[in-house]
Order: sequence, then C-alpha cells, then structure tokens
Amino acid sequence: MMYDWLYNLTGSEILAMFIVSLLPLFVFILPFALAAVLAERKVSAHMQDRLGPMRTGYHGILQTIADIIKLLQKEDLVPHATDKALFNFAPLLVFMGSYAAFAAIPFSGFFIGSKIDLGIIFIVGVTGLVVAGILMAGWASNNKYSLLGAMRAAAQIISYEIPTLLIILTVIMLTGTLSLYDLSEMQTAYFWNWLILGGPAVGLQKILLIPLMILGFLIIYTSTLAEVNRTPFDIPEAESELVSGYHTEYSGMKFAMFFLAEYANMFAVSAIVSVIFFGGYQSPFGYLGNTLGWTWLVPIEQFFWFTAKGLFGVFVQMWLRWTLPRFRVDQLMAFCWKYLIPFSFVILLLVGLITLM
Amino acid sequence: MTQYSIQNTKDSKLKTEEMVLNMGPQHPSTHGVLRLELVLDGEIIKDVIPHIGYLHRCFEKHCEAMTYPQVIPYTDRMDYLASMYNEFGYAVAMERLLKIEVPERVDYIRVIMGELQRIASHLVAIGTYGADIGAFTPFLFCFRDRERILHLFEITCGARLLYNYIWIGGLSHDLHPDFIRLTKEFIKDFRPNVKELNELLSYNRIFIERTANVGVLPLETAINYGVSGPNLRGSGMKWDLRKDDPYSIYHKFDYDIPVGKGEKGKVGDCWDRYYVRVLEMEESLKIIEQAIEQIPEGDVTSAIPKRIKPPEGQIYTRVENPRGELGYFIISDGSLNPARVKVRAPSFVTMQVFGELCKGWMVADVVAILGSVDIVLGEIDR
Amino acid sequence: MRDYIYNFWQGLYTILVGMKVTFRHLFIPAVTIQYPSVKPQMPERERNRLYVNMDDCIGCDQCARACPVNCIEIETVKSIPGEDLGTTSNGKKKALWVTTFNIDFAKCCYCQLCVFPCPTECIYMTDTYEFSEFQRENLVYDFVTLTPEERIQKKKNFEEMQAKKEAEKIAAAKKADEDKAAQANKPAETKSDNKEENKQ
Repeated sequence: MMYDWLYNLTGSEILAMFIVSLLPLFVFILPFALAAVLAERKVSAHMQDRLGPMRTGYHGILQTIADIIKLLQKEDLVPHATDKALFNFAPLLVFMGSYAAFAAIPFSGFFIGSKIDLGIIFIVGVTGLVVAGILMAGWASNNKYSLLGAMRAAAQIISYEIPTLLIILTVIMLTGTLSLYDLSEMQTAYFWNWLILGGPAVGLQKILLIPLMILGFLIIYTSTLAEVNRTPFDIPEAESELVSGYHTEYSGMKFAMFFLAEYANMFAVSAIVSVIFFGGYQSPFGYLGNTLGWTWLVPIEQFFWFTAKGLFGVFVQMWLRWTLPRFRVDQLMAFCWKYLIPFSFVILLLVGLITLM
Repeated sequence: MTQYSIQNTKDSKLKTEEMVLNMGPQHPSTHGVLRLELVLDGEIIKDVIPHIGYLHRCFEKHCEAMTYPQVIPYTDRMDYLASMYNEFGYAVAMERLLKIEVPERVDYIRVIMGELQRIASHLVAIGTYGADIGAFTPFLFCFRDRERILHLFEITCGARLLYNYIWIGGLSHDLHPDFIRLTKEFIKDFRPNVKELNELLSYNRIFIERTANVGVLPLETAINYGVSGPNLRGSGMKWDLRKDDPYSIYHKFDYDIPVGKGEKGKVGDCWDRYYVRVLEMEESLKIIEQAIEQIPEGDVTSAIPKRIKPPEGQIYTRVENPRGELGYFIISDGSLNPARVKVRAPSFVTMQVFGELCKGWMVADVVAILGSVDIVLGEIDR
Repeated sequence: MRDYIYNFWQGLYTILVGMKVTFRHLFIPAVTIQYPSVKPQMPERERNRLYVNMDDCIGCDQCARACPVNCIEIETVKSIPGEDLGTTSNGKKKALWVTTFNIDFAKCCYCQLCVFPCPTECIYMTDTYEFSEFQRENLVYDFVTLTPEERIQKKKNFEEMQAKKEAEKIAAAKKADEDKAAQANKPAETKSDNKEENKQ
C-alpha cells in the first residue's frame, strides 16, 4: 500500500521501492535502537534503585547519541590474527538479518514494507542469517571466548527455532494464512478477537482455545527470547563467563552494528509475537478515526498500537533480563528439548483436534 | 545437572584436541586477579590450574620491619572485604601474647563491628555470586545494604574499607553517639531485604538449577583439604570457631550455626554454600541485637599499652573470619618488631580444593563454583 | 511426571515472584546520589587528606616514626638563641625550625596512626577527598610555612651558630691548651672533652 502510494506520488518504481525499503530503517529501527538502549539503562537503573545516566541532557536522554558519537570516533580495530574478510563482513550480515525481517512486518494497514504471502516464514528464515553472522564473527575473531560463544549461539538459536515454528504452525493451522497482514486483519475489531483469546473462533471452541493459546504465547515468547540472546538465554555473550562472547574482539562501529542488530531483533520478535497473538496493529477497542470519520487517522492509530504492543514486549524482555540469572548451556538445551518442544507438540495436537470440532 | 565423566579420547579414531582457555587475571568473574588455566574438552573442564600471586605484596615480610601497631593497617589489606575481622584476629593474638585484659566495652564493640563486617562481607559474596550467575540486580541490592554498614564504620572510625580501628588492647575511637540508633535502624530495614533477596535470587528456579548439585564438596574432602568457614559448614559440618574455640565474648550470645542441609540438591553443593551465607547474616543480626542491648559503658582506650614490646615467645590464634579460619602465628624476639608474622588465610586453603571441585563441570560452572567458595585474592596472595 | 510438571510450575512461579520484586523497585526512589553535583556529607571523623597545622608543630618527628609506610619526611633545625618561635596552642614552647615537612599522599595509607602520637594535635585528617593529580610528584605536599629562602636562612643561621660555637670552643680549647701548655699540665683530658662537644 505504501509502495503503491509512493509509486503514484513519485511516478518511479525504483524510487518508491528505495524509499519503502529504507523507511523502516530511518523511521523506526534507528530511533528505536537509540531509545531502547537508553530505556534498557533506565529500566535497569530504576529496578536496581539507581538513576542511570543523568548527565547528558535532561535525565540523560542524549546518552545514547553521545555513545554513538563515541563509537563513531573510535579506531576501527582489527586484531592481527583474524580472518579479515569474515571479521568485517559478520556484523553486516548480522544486521542484515535483523533488518530484512522488518520488510515483512506490518506496522499498520498502510505501512508495510512488502505484503509477502509467506510473511512469517520469510521472517523466520531471514533471521536465520543472524546465526551465520554470529558464527562468522566467532570464528573470524580467532579468540577462544568468541569461538565458544559462537558455538553456543549457533546451537541455541537453531534449537529454539523449532518451538517457535511449531507454535507458528499451530496458529497457521487455526487461521489458514501465512501472511502477517492477513493475520492482523483477521484479528480486527475488539481485543476478544485476538488470537490469544481464541481469535475469530466462537463458542466452546473459543473457550477451549484460550488456555492453549496462552501457553502457546508463553512458549513462543520464551523461545524468541532465546533467539535474540537475551537473559536468561544470553549464554552466547554471557559476560561473566565468556567476557562478551562472539563480539569480544569487536570495537567501534562494528560493535555498534551488533548492538543495533540485537535491539532491532528484540523489537522484531516482539512484533511478531504481537502480530500472532495480540492482533498486530489492531486497536483493542475500535478506532477513533472511524468514529470521527477521519480515515487518515486510522493508519496512524494502527502504527501507535503496533509500536505500543511491540515496545511492551521489549519492556518485558528488559524486565526479565534484570530479574533472572542465566541458564547454563546444557540446561538451555534441556529446557528447549524437554519442555518447550513437547509442550508445543501437545498444543499443536490439541489445537488440531479443536479446529476439527 | 550432571557432572560429565571425562572421556578418554585416545582410543577414538577421530583426532581431537584439548583447548587451553586462559581465564583471568583480567576476567569479569575471577573475583580479582586470579588466573585460571582451563583445559577444555568442548565446554567440559578436564583440568584447572590456578595461578596465584598477581596481588602479592609481601605482607609477612613487611610485618617484620614494622612495629606491632604498624602491622594493623597491613592486616586490613589482606582480606579487604573483611578488614575489621583481620584486625580483630591480630588484636586477639597480640593480647594473648601480651596477656592484656581488655575492658568489656571494647569486647562488645569488637563483636558488633566484627559481625557487621561479616554481614558486609557476605553481602558482597552473595551479590557477586548473583552477578556471576547472570542476575545483576541482586548485586546492587546487596551493595545498597552494604553501603549502610560501611557508613556505620565510617562514622565510627572515619574509613570505609581499611579501618585500622581495632587496636592491640583497645580501639582507636569510641562508638559514635549515633551508632546505636543507626545500627538498630539498619537491622530493622535489613531483615525484609534479606527476604526480598531470597525471593529474587535464592529460590529462583534458574538459580537453583545453576547451583544445586553443582560443585559438590563432600565433607571428607573438605576436611582433608582444611577448608573452613561457610564452605565447610555448607558441606554439613557444624564447625565455627566462635563456638568451638571461643575468643572475645562470643560465649555470651545466643545464636545458631547454620549448616548446609542439601535442601535443593546434594549436601555441599554451591547452593548450600551460598545459602549458609544468607543464614549466617541473620545469625549475625541476632548477635548484634543482643550486643547492642547489653553493651556496658567504659573507656575503650584505657588498656592500650604505651609501648608494645612483648616478651620473647610465640602464639597462634585463630578467629572465625567471614571466609573461615583466620590464624595468626606471631613470633616475638622481645624487640619492638615481630620476628615473624605468619597468616593462615582461609581463602588460600579453599583455593587448593578448587581444582578438584571443577573437574568434569562446564565453563559456566567454573564461575559458579568460584563464586560459591568466595575467595578474596588479597588474602590468597597477601 | 509429577516432578516434570512441578519443575515447570516452579520455574514459572519463581520467575513471576522475581518479576514482582523488580517491578516494585521500579517505583522506589533511587538510593544513589548524583555525585559531582551532590556531595555526601562527610562524617566528622572522616579520614581523608592529612593536614598539618604548622603553627603548632614542634618538629618532634613522632608522626613520621608512627607511619607504617614512611610517607612523612621531617627535617628540623635548631633555633639560635634569641630567636622566638612562639608557643603552640596548648602552651608548649617551640625550639626547632621545621625546614621540611613533606607528606607523600601517593604513599599515604590513611591509617591515622600518625595522628594519635602528636603531642600538640597539629596533624589531623580532614574530609577533603578530591585531590587526584596527573603527576605523581604533585601529590607530595609541603606543609612548611617558611619560604625557601627562610629555610636556607635558618639552616645557615644554625650552621653559623654552630660554626661560631665551634670557633669559640676551638678558641676556648686553644686558650685552655695554651694555658695548659703554659702550666704544662694534663693535656689529654681537655682533648676528649672537645670531641664530645663536637659530636653534639
């Protein structure tokens, strides 16, 4: 839609495409990452009875910008014994993976990079690039800590994709669509149409679906948490064991790329969770724009609701991070294979049976 | 969960190599400047070689050039998290050598200070342990409470970390007029904080998974290696020098010695060692409460000898430092300077058993085990 | 199976309890202070940078001897007769010019051992704690109130006095010798006397 509109506006396919693809980066990812890094610091600080950064701007709101400036000024340090090509390419690849995911995320009915029919699968597939990037970074750094971190990351991210996909499969079975746009449109109107509350199903079916969906939500939220390497699943970077895992040797802007990718990823996964279970960009109680008859307001409201849900997901991720200790690598695997995957299969089976009703 | 048996890969046709990972001396969780050489098979530890000495300051040799009171600032710098107790031990040893009776008030203040120091030290142990496992928030909660104890010390003697407060035969200052009131307030506020800490960390399932059954130190091994303090009690032995070899006025108070019961796993695992410390803080609170109630009036500097020149002889005295049995062996040749001061440092002894504890566990467990035995490098290297 | 479900439930429950704790702390005011802009009030017994009130110092060297790290360096010069050095605040008469009183704060361990032996309570610890320097030499504080010229002058005075005494003594000795030579009686005794006085 955005693309069509821009196409009509500019009259050039290439320009329209260019703008559409860059829009999420400049309108969303960068400001979000800046805000999220600050938010992370502030949230952690207040949870620990501190104040966090206070000296740059009012209550330190310019802290991240100052940090970015610092990182930009830093020397681009490449250690001597690294595999130069891979070492330089890895941060790009990691960032690419998380950036590409934003192409299919529907920020509102109007602002969606690409209305791919296989939206969910595309996102899950393309975020897989992150694993390759992390492995490259770990290997190319020629550092034992990095290598251990990268190995852990690869094992972890790949394992946790299974429960994620199984829950997505459950939802697909229920809704019959892979497109995130269609999925959001399906959960329109009020919040009881959200999939976590059974979605558009009615009667007994809906009541039976609710507990399963809540459990499904917990599983997918946990496993996406693991996919973006957040505590309690942050063993790839585990600062108390591996110094900082796969990005130990990185500094300056390359380190910032990893950082940016991490925060972009955090939003991406909570956006996906919110699209699947919380109606994506749909408002929980109708639109002001529709009531007033101002149709132009609706996409803005949708954008607001979408970011609000996504940011709440991010906030919970931060909240968990500053509350919980970290798993050990084998426990992490055990948790995935012994708890999440069996539960997902059970949910898949039960939802399948319920949909047959 | 499981301790991995170290497999012999020699028979296998696949060629494998051990990886030697150098952990420290600059590593976030080696608690100072300890260097560990880990021989790894994948993530599993085959061998641990600790290298110590990065913080060696010749404490014992230095003492020989000092007069007896001048040694006290040096004892502060051994176990810098429990300075007060190091002084306490030295003062007790010297008083036995000089055969001085100290006024009762001095003893009471020493016990209060010693137990406050024990709480402060355990708070650091618990907090950093949480941070080692990955939970950063309890760390700052612990430091918040420790800060109040340090403030109590600060108003009393002016220093926050290295006090030089407990002198041979007395104390450098009497208590600050606000001390009793502030201590009572602290105790009142601290009890709920311990409960909160337990909610946040001790009973957290992930924390239990990480620590229970990990790094089990059997009682026999612990005794054979001479491990003492909370680490020994974590293995289930009720051994506390405050009760078993009383010094000062500890016999006047009513308190328990917590031991590891294996509540969440085997007896002597990391969780037990950790939890013994949490319980000990509560016992220390009890002692402080009683001491504050009973404290008599008096002069704290009256028994300090003007010129400390002990008769020829030697003495070994041990006290229950927050980390275990802290022993002072002092030989006097009748001059103004000690002929020899030897310290039996609890962390140093605990460090010996560390290699044995780590074998067969994973890299992440090394951090967990190291945190649970709670070493201070200032004391190991001296 | 029961364990399995129990573990799962325990995991979930304890995580929620922990989250409750951290959430509650979001609304508890911070316990930290904004240090350089807000400074903590220092307790009265605060032990930070040493200060020496030179008006009271009698140059007795007790603090330097008490110091376990030898960070105090004191040199004194005797006053010449007729010079009035004044008295300390607790009424002791000063007899020595303190020409060097250096404290090296890079070495100082803030143990307060130097404070207690001082007979006039002229060395004490203040609550100044912000005195870091880029150059280590800048941490050597000189407390002497005399100007460098005065110090040299005092030393010179003393030496001159010493020399004068010496000269007087030698003269006296010579005179005595002459007397003795004249009397030709007991020369050895006076010689040893001379030596002793030289030492002093």
